[in-house]
Amino acid sequence: MTAVSVQGLERSFGTVRAVAGIDFEVERGEIFAILGPNGAGKTTTVEILEGYLEPDGGTVRVLGHNPSTAGAAYRDRIGIVLQSSGIERELTPFEALRHLCRLYSDPADPHHLLAMVGLEHKAHERIKTLSGGQRRRLDLAGALAGRPELVFLDEPTTGFDPAARRDAWSIVRRLRDGGTTVILTTHYLDEAQALADRVAVMSQGVIVAIGDPDTLGGRHRASVRIRYRPVPGLSVADLASESSTRNGLVEIETDRPTEVLARLTGEAHRMGVELEALEVTRPSLEDVYLSLVEGGTP
Amino acid sequence: MKALTHLPVETTHQLRVFWRTKISAFFTVGFPMLFFLIFNLLQGNEVIEGSGLRFAQFFTPSIAVFAMVTAGYTNIAIGVSIDRDEGILKRVRATPISPAAYMAGRVLASVAIGFISVALMTVIGVLFFEVSVLWDRLPTAILVLLLGAASFAALGVAVAGAAPNAQAAPVVANVTILPLLFISGIFFPLSGGPRWLELLAGALPLKPLTDAFRAQWDPTVGAVFPLRECGILIVWLLIGLAVSTRTFTWDPRPGGKSRGRSDAE
Repeated sequence: MTAVSVQGLERSFGTVRAVAGIDFEVERGEIFAILGPNGAGKTTTVEILEGYLEPDGGTVRVLGHNPSTAGAAYRDRIGIVLQSSGIERELTPFEALRHLCRLYSDPADPHHLLAMVGLEHKAHERIKTLSGGQRRRLDLAGALAGRPELVFLDEPTTGFDPAARRDAWSIVRRLRDGGTTVILTTHYLDEAQALADRVAVMSQGVIVAIGDPDTLGGRHRASVRIRYRPVPGLSVADLASESSTRNGLVEIETDRPTEVLARLTGEAHRMGVELEALEVTRPSLEDVYLSLVEGGTP
Repeated sequence: MKALTHLPVETTHQLRVFWRTKISAFFTVGFPMLFFLIFNLLQGNEVIEGSGLRFAQFFTPSIAVFAMVTAGYTNIAIGVSIDRDEGILKRVRATPISPAAYMAGRVLASVAIGFISVALMTVIGVLFFEVSVLWDRLPTAILVLLLGAASFAALGVAVAGAAPNAQAAPVVANVTILPLLFISGIFFPLSGGPRWLELLAGALPLKPLTDAFRAQWDPTVGAVFPLRECGILIVWLLIGLAVSTRTFTWDPRPGGKSRGRSDAE
């Protein structure tokens, strides 16, 4: 079942083409991440899906609705964590959540929501006394007030410390495990990699790659890089081109790692020497990502 | 239907937020009350020359109108623009509540606050300043006050919409309401001003509201329904609604002390 379907989506602000024709689909029960640097068009894209912004062109369907004309019935089924939003600071988290819950036809229990985001101990203190991270967790709890089928999270963990991010991730995974579809934007690679079932990488208003984070940009097929400290008399230059790194290591990029490694280790073993600082790596998601958003190919 | 419960839910919520925010509660309820007490105590409740009314009988309904306008106009204009710039309105937009139910909830809460002020002043006036309630005119008094509150609330939303940001809203609200308070005869009876000023005040909403409401407390004039004044208030209500539906936005404005924003990211 498809939760979200986007075709040829475009949106400009003045002369800036924030979103310049993108297509993607999100399945129900999936965590879909939109990854990209600031200004890539992520927030514009989700705000169109949420119904805040109208597209200039293209078609958008979310849970069977057109978000720009859908009304209360649509918003009753979705939850939104905005990149930044306000809340009545003089209320307590419990009061704010109880109010939100009362607006939905299938409300969650505010106590349960507070427990879910680990704010039970702050339930009856003023929101203005909460830390930034606690406020953000309250935002997340608020987005779940109507037991949504689909949740939008716009940079949900920006400003979190590593432990708080891991906690937030486990909440998001639990949501997905409960059948909720999650669409999140992030500029953190590790967040996309840790959470998302699929990732769309956006840069300058277009999707430059989309897929499983492990195979994104052909990463699983990309050449392997082998490095080691040079050993006199040991060379595989006939198999792959060698170069040397700044700190004096030999570096080999190859599409035939098995053959190259067999030769290298076989010869070293025969010579009775150790291949010091030996390293075999694939391009990291970061390498792929950086080359994608810089417009090159991995 | 869940939507039917949205109005009472939002009204209760707005009332809770209002009383919790001490500074706005003071300015909206305490400030007019302070005026009410100080003026009544200073003036010694003499009969006002030429009107045959004691001071408190004249002044209590006037300051009651001031209290209602503070709650309905100033409080809404400032509150809505602050909530917009803080991103609270944008967050509201994410929920299933309709814009109409949301604004109606805010207005109802403000009107309720205004009525609490008016009721308090009336009780204090009756107990301590020899104010007498003309019971047969009370329904008309309440109707006039409701209509005035609705007009000023609509104008308050219009000002919030027209104000470029939350810093500008209090300025616009005060610059518009303060001269109006003086030319409408809220603090002292109007007499001897230029004719054009009187005509101008009569066309603006505060003087018709004040005159119509005060007539319901004046035993020296007959009980006539203030049709003309109500007509003017209805015109201002429609103007307020027309302007606010055109200028109102949910999103924080650039240049505001915006924590929320929506841009080309």
